[in-house]
Amino acid sequence: MKKEIVVCRCEEVTLEEIRQWINRGYDSFDELKRVLRVGMGPCQGRGCRDIILKEIARAKGVPVSEVPVGTFRPPAKPVKLGILAEGGDK
Amino acid sequence: MKTTEVLVIGGGPAGLSAALEAASRGSQVTLVDSDLQLGGQLIKQTHKFFGSEDERAGTRGYKIGELLFKELEGLKDCIDVHVNTTVLGYYKEDGVVSLSRGEEDYFRIKPERIVMSTGAMERLIPFPKNDLPGVYGAGAVQTLMNVYGVTPGKRVLMIGAGNIGLIVSYQLMQAGVDVAAVVEFMPKIGGYWVHAAKIRRLGVPILLRHTIVEALGEDVVSGAVIQAVGDKGLEGDPVRIDCDIICLAVGLTPTAELLWQAGCDMQFVPELCGYVPRRDAHMRTSQSHIWVAGDAAGIEEASSAMVEGRLAGLGAARSLGHVKDSDYDAGLASYWQRLSHLRAGEVGEKIRSGLEKCSCDAWEV
Repeated sequence: MKKEIVVCRCEEVTLEEIRQWINRGYDSFDELKRVLRVGMGPCQGRGCRDIILKEIARAKGVPVSEVPVGTFRPPAKPVKLGILAEGGDK
Repeated sequence: MKTTEVLVIGGGPAGLSAALEAASRGSQVTLVDSDLQLGGQLIKQTHKFFGSEDERAGTRGYKIGELLFKELEGLKDCIDVHVNTTVLGYYKEDGVVSLSRGEEDYFRIKPERIVMSTGAMERLIPFPKNDLPGVYGAGAVQTLMNVYGVTPGKRVLMIGAGNIGLIVSYQLMQAGVDVAAVVEFMPKIGGYWVHAAKIRRLGVPILLRHTIVEALGEDVVSGAVIQAVGDKGLEGDPVRIDCDIICLAVGLTPTAELLWQAGCDMQFVPELCGYVPRRDAHMRTSQSHIWVAGDAAGIEEASSAMVEGRLAGLGAARSLGHVKDSDYDAGLASYWQRLSHLRAGEVGEKIRSGLEKCSCDAWEV
């Protein structure tokens, strides 16, 4: 039995899945995020981003410093839509 | 919308120091922290600090925290503290910062200056079943024990022989938890010898050139498999270790999301453990109203984080016109002297070479 290694715990994405998608040409963090939701859970990539960037670097044979880290947008942690809809600043 | 002269994001050693410095120089400061109390990692650090006299070497971390809290009490009219408050976003268009207090309260602040002292996060490593309950970051275990008084389990396998792995192993033993072994991938112990010697004297093996191969267990951790590492990868027979906790102390990485969001020039510096903002001698980033301090500027120690915080707070206060040039120059020189003292010698070599890659004297105007 093949042993699964979970890389993105929030979205339960395995190392094998990440490698498969990199091999299909989805070799940037943002592309993987769009197809697999890595980095879109509660931790917003704090756990998986470094591991995924290293995998991309390994697959492309470049140093990890040359792999784009992807886009960082607010919010930095999940927020309930309701509190945004209310407009805040009560 | 709430406004403030200086918004300090993160109330650990760097942020506390930045807030205290900026306030003592006459700035009106807002200090926010996502945790329920200020102090960052200081509040759980029961070991005595190294470093230098100026940075209170020989004092236990949480005692240093108490000294900073006392200083804060004296400046409470100038520092507006918000705990349980997380910065969610920085909006470059208008310089507004959005925050949430707890899960329900959402608000915004428009600061004139920002000090980013967001600290660091623990690294994880991939291995089969690394998502089983019982696999912890070492920092999380230290928080459980030293802040909440809860032991994580009965028998721990520690991965990583840097200072955090060594110190937390010792503190686990102080709390009556058995440490099966400390496993280290590198051929040499990363932390200080004095910490390593303490746990060796208590009979804990430190296995260099070893790695964790997998975690064992169905619903929770019941053991781990470790193996020796050679030049060509794994070698020798896998060894089963019985344990109910696997503790990862495999390094930290700077928490940099907000710096990225703000559009600061970032650089990958392996010696500082990840992407860090380029900064000038005043700890100012490429965004002229944003300063950085502490682990967010590169993984180092709390002692230097506190001095960097002072520098950032001083710089922010001066840019608001609160500090005379002569006072500023004196402050700058004294803090840099303290930093070079902390970074002197062989132990500071890595930090010095890392800083060289991301520092400039002053930003071109």
